[in-house]
Amino acid sequence: MSAANEVITSSGYIKHHLQNLTYGQFPDGHWGLAHNAAEAKAMGFWAFHLDTLGVSFVLGSLFLTLFYRVGRKMSIDTPTGIQNFVESVIDFINENVRGSFNGKNPLVAPLALTVFIWIILMNTMDLVPVDWLPQVAQYIGSHFFGMDPHHIYFKVVPTTDPNATFGLAIGIFLLMLYYSIKVKGFGGFSAELTLHPFESKNLFIKVLLIPANFFLEFVSLIAKPVSHSLRLFGNMYAGEMIFILIALLPFWIQWTLSLPWAIFHILIVLLQAFIFMTLVIVYMDMAHDKGH
Amino acid sequence: MNINLTMIGQLIMFAMFTWFCMKFVWPPIVMAMEERKKRIEAGLLAAERGLSEQADAEQKAQEAIAQSKDQAAEIIANAARQASGMVEDAKDVAIQEADKVKAQAQAQLEQDTVRARNELKDQVAGLVMQGVNSVLAKEVDEKTHKEMLGKLSQSL
Repeated sequence: MSAANEVITSSGYIKHHLQNLTYGQFPDGHWGLAHNAAEAKAMGFWAFHLDTLGVSFVLGSLFLTLFYRVGRKMSIDTPTGIQNFVESVIDFINENVRGSFNGKNPLVAPLALTVFIWIILMNTMDLVPVDWLPQVAQYIGSHFFGMDPHHIYFKVVPTTDPNATFGLAIGIFLLMLYYSIKVKGFGGFSAELTLHPFESKNLFIKVLLIPANFFLEFVSLIAKPVSHSLRLFGNMYAGEMIFILIALLPFWIQWTLSLPWAIFHILIVLLQAFIFMTLVIVYMDMAHDKGH
Repeated sequence: MNINLTMIGQLIMFAMFTWFCMKFVWPPIVMAMEERKKRIEAGLLAAERGLSEQADAEQKAQEAIAQSKDQAAEIIANAARQASGMVEDAKDVAIQEADKVKAQAQAQLEQDTVRARNELKDQVAGLVMQGVNSVLAKEVDEKTHKEMLGKLSQSL
């Protein structure tokens, strides 16, 4: 538990762990760090979660730096160490892209790679014991910035923040719209949204069916980014929640639950990243598919 | 769990990361891997070609060996034939030469014999003359007798 010498209630501990470090515009107009959940809520849309952005930036940079350095020093004849790992990842991504994506677009494979590794890294933050990084953040905040440690929040896992997963899913969604219109033309894309799933040869009935078709297709279109982001968020949030609950137990018994859950969670970390990546590829394929 | 600007920030970050990955990370790695694939393919092809070339070369070598063996046998046979011919020729020449030498020797011998006989005749005639001279002494006309004796020795 955090701060053993102070009396903290279980619900307070949990809430503290689920609160992001929020920097935003207070209702009175000035910008600053929110001191508690209520203040963060009052900021509304005009706020940043510094922890989510910071951790995901660090992890993304880590991934790109590592792969970039390997790419700079690629050895064709004698691949060793990290290069083998990177190549196996690239092969894996390539295989998936080739299997599910039938169009031609040099963006898709790097996109899938970025999504896959970045999300794996963000999810993996879940396996860091729940109090370590918040404690470090509190120490730094209180000693170097003179802040009240109780007002320093640090939510370590970016994918447990719906903002992060929605940000990713919206990016994919925008690409989907862009390529749908680019590949099929605006007319083709509109036709796809309005002339399915109910079809008719009779022009009059065809027109009559447009509203129903559009309703169904539009909902399914909007459902894509929503389900895409919420699936990842939900899985990671639930996992994180269970780690926090386990952390409420006495420290000497925690490992009996946290260890099996962590081992199981490794699977979820990889699986969710893989599912997210696969959906990215599938959505991109749909956007490039002129078959309808 | 508020939806706020973080979402936009994350979106921008995502776009930047993807752009960087597409521009600077993905191409060199994939290119190197493709390059390796090509090299391996080329290597395998070259190995295959080398094998077939080796087989060809071996066959050619076998052929050449067989051919040269034949040639050598032919040459040896020719040489043997030539040698035996030469020996025969030499034999012939030698026999002819020997015959010639023999004939010459014989002729010489005959000549010598004739000369010796003539000399001997002369000597005998001389001796006879001396004997007759000493026997008959003075009354014999030396000149006529010598003629007579010369005729006699001629008829011997």
